[in-house]
Amino acid sequence: MPMAIAVAVLIVASVLFHLLSPWYFTPIASNWTSIDNAVDITFWVTGAVFVAVNSFMVYALVRYRKRKGSKAHYEPENASLEKRLTIWTAFGIAALLAPGLYAWSQFVNIPVNASVLEAVGQQWAWSFRFPGKDGVLGTTDAEFVDDNNPFGLNPNDPYGKDDVLIADNTVHIPLGKPVKMVLRSKDVLHDFFVPEFRARMNLVPGLVTYFWFTPTKTGKYEILCAQLCGVGHYTMRGYVIVDDQRTFDAWLKKQPTYAQSIAAR
Amino acid sequence: MAYTTLADDLKELHHPKTWVGKYVWSQDHKVIAVQYMLTAVAIGLVALVLSDLMRLQIGFPGSVGFITPEAYYQMITMHGMIMVIYLLTALLLGGFGNYLIPLMLGARDMVFPFVNMMSYWVYLLSVLVLVSSFFVPGGPTGAGWTLYPPQAILPGTPGRDWGIILMLASLAIFIIAFTMGGLNYVTTVLQARTRGMTMMRMPLSVWGIFIATILALLAFPALFVGAVMMMLDRVLGTSFFMPALVSQGQLLGYRGGSPILFQHLFWFFGHPEVYIVALPAFGIVSDLLSVHARKNIFGYRMMVWAIVIIGGLSFVVWAHHMYVSGMNPYFGFFFATSTLIIAVPTAIKVYNWVLTLWRGNIHFTVPMLFAIAFIFTFINGGLTGLFLGNVSVDVPLSGTYFVVAHFHMVMGVSPILVIFGAIYHWYPKITGRMWNERLGNIHFWFTFIGTYAIYFPMHYLGFLGMPRRYYEYGKTAFIPDSAHTLNAFITVAALIVGVSQLIFFYNLIWSYFYGPKASSNPWRATTLEWQTPDTPAAHGNWGPKLPVVYRWAYDYSVPGAPEDFIPQNVPADGASRHHQT
Repeated sequence: MPMAIAVAVLIVASVLFHLLSPWYFTPIASNWTSIDNAVDITFWVTGAVFVAVNSFMVYALVRYRKRKGSKAHYEPENASLEKRLTIWTAFGIAALLAPGLYAWSQFVNIPVNASVLEAVGQQWAWSFRFPGKDGVLGTTDAEFVDDNNPFGLNPNDPYGKDDVLIADNTVHIPLGKPVKMVLRSKDVLHDFFVPEFRARMNLVPGLVTYFWFTPTKTGKYEILCAQLCGVGHYTMRGYVIVDDQRTFDAWLKKQPTYAQSIAAR
Repeated sequence: MAYTTLADDLKELHHPKTWVGKYVWSQDHKVIAVQYMLTAVAIGLVALVLSDLMRLQIGFPGSVGFITPEAYYQMITMHGMIMVIYLLTALLLGGFGNYLIPLMLGARDMVFPFVNMMSYWVYLLSVLVLVSSFFVPGGPTGAGWTLYPPQAILPGTPGRDWGIILMLASLAIFIIAFTMGGLNYVTTVLQARTRGMTMMRMPLSVWGIFIATILALLAFPALFVGAVMMMLDRVLGTSFFMPALVSQGQLLGYRGGSPILFQHLFWFFGHPEVYIVALPAFGIVSDLLSVHARKNIFGYRMMVWAIVIIGGLSFVVWAHHMYVSGMNPYFGFFFATSTLIIAVPTAIKVYNWVLTLWRGNIHFTVPMLFAIAFIFTFINGGLTGLFLGNVSVDVPLSGTYFVVAHFHMVMGVSPILVIFGAIYHWYPKITGRMWNERLGNIHFWFTFIGTYAIYFPMHYLGFLGMPRRYYEYGKTAFIPDSAHTLNAFITVAALIVGVSQLIFFYNLIWSYFYGPKASSNPWRATTLEWQTPDTPAAHGNWGPKLPVVYRWAYDYSVPGAPEDFIPQNVPADGASRHHQT
């Protein structure tokens, strides 16, 4: 009996905790409402199953607890019941999978008009690069990295000359324009995680990874590295500032290109 | 043609004559089982202490002076690896596998007793190598239990000098140990069942352990290969997992390796590993529920097939750990689908556990309390898996405390609850003594409610977006102060749960010496291990004659039978019904 009560209390407490909890997703600041919708659907379906199956168990615990002279029923199996449960579960699973895969199909298809922004990770700092006027990022290699060329740009690549370099942990992006984030790491795995944007991806040395989003709210958002990257992992922070187009343009104009940064040295 | 099976038992038994032969260099599966259990629990205690220390840092940052960032990352790494490999895998397969397989199948021992003994001693060596990393310069590795390269073998990660080498060596040794044990378990199940013990009459405990062992034999080689390659990268400077990179301003000599290749190898092992732990727990809890509800497990055949199907599917879902790893994103469609399909046989198992309680005669013994707590905890942990398996839903949650909460619920707390239940259940057979029921109850309530208090709220920190593996959060705009309060609460709960385990150890140790003598079948169970002529079972298990099996393992409350259970070795007669399986 105490066990039945305990489980019943835990069911109620879990539901109440969910309803009253001040801890939940940060307000979304990107286009990824399809992800939030998939989360919501998952929550409703799994929440209902959680309450239903556990409540049934509580009822069974109360109703069929050992009592004087009580005896269990003998029923090895019930093929039709098992079949029905299997089919309904399969339907439930499909109902979860569909919105999940739908959101993912958007995730893997980068809009053609997305502008490109590269984020570069290293232990334990962020920096950023815009492709400049030609719209193409210059090639890079670990071999080119030194104090004068922290981004490791190929000095012989003409496409790199106009790349705009942000050697700082704060980057600006324009509101309402899809951004293809191109991710590159100089040393170990990192992860570009801004909770408000929902979308994110690992940075992998030796590889260029990517994802996209469209910022939908102006403001300053914190980037947290979310892939263990050594002892300073927790200090690896950066900021994305979402501006209206005009403020963004003004800011970008003030940032040095690769050619300018060489000339300045 | 006349032939004999192993079950016909023509071998002569050589009983050990010395104390050392009996308890140290023992080839008796029951002694080896206890050796495995004690070693696993001992190293598990280290991991438990580490978890409470790291919780202190998370809940009360800076309160414990010696927990530097280096120490913190070393703690989380060692905690994770010890719990998953050296405690759970070793305890469920090496411990319960060894103890239960021969006894439940009516065998005298494992098929290869010497190899079985070697398995334990090599396992002990792997534990010692692991422990030694605490005492080398630089300490153990702090790479996180997933040991992702390049970080794991580069400066900037604690234990880069010796810790990571010892970790990789220890894993390789563990896998050798496990392979010796695992081949034994599989062969014994296939070859040494007694007369009448068909596969479809085996208790689900054996089914779970059997399939889990097959998974482990197929999955561990991937980890072995990964560990060897990373060792070569670290020691000889090869580039299996290492691309060209600039580590702390220094261009290293690596070129052309792939960090993602390691992740594939790791999770090709790592996901089946979840089921290597879960399937034995599924099997054992099925038997606990059936015995203590005095009712056959509901849908036995479906339960067996569910175990087999889950085992098979567990090999095609691994990359759901890698949705945001940078692998080709189109993999996401396949792995999300395969992952969610695995939820169907898993759900069937949950339904059948609950339906076993339905119309049962539920005895709320301590093992039963743990079994019911397992169902509740596993439902929670299983359902949150539907978030993380579903690719796009995983994206905002990946790498947050939601993941930590999910996997602790599903493969930490759930199997541990089963292990506690199983220890209470079989303790009288293993030791011949009964434990104290009141202490068992107290231990249960602290553990069940306490672990739920730890892990249920933790999901919400993950929703909020708090990343895991953070030494401290400092001032982060989106994290309210209340989240830190919640972390402090979780830490207090974790400390209470940690300390309350002393009740368990006190109970078991005290009862071993002073507990009342247990009868040979205190739970009135049907399976063969309770029908041994001696309690604890003697070397050779069965006295002069092997038991013969006439029925399935679940003849509880058969209508017309004089008792509410009919042991498997009782011949069919008019009073009892013979189940078709």
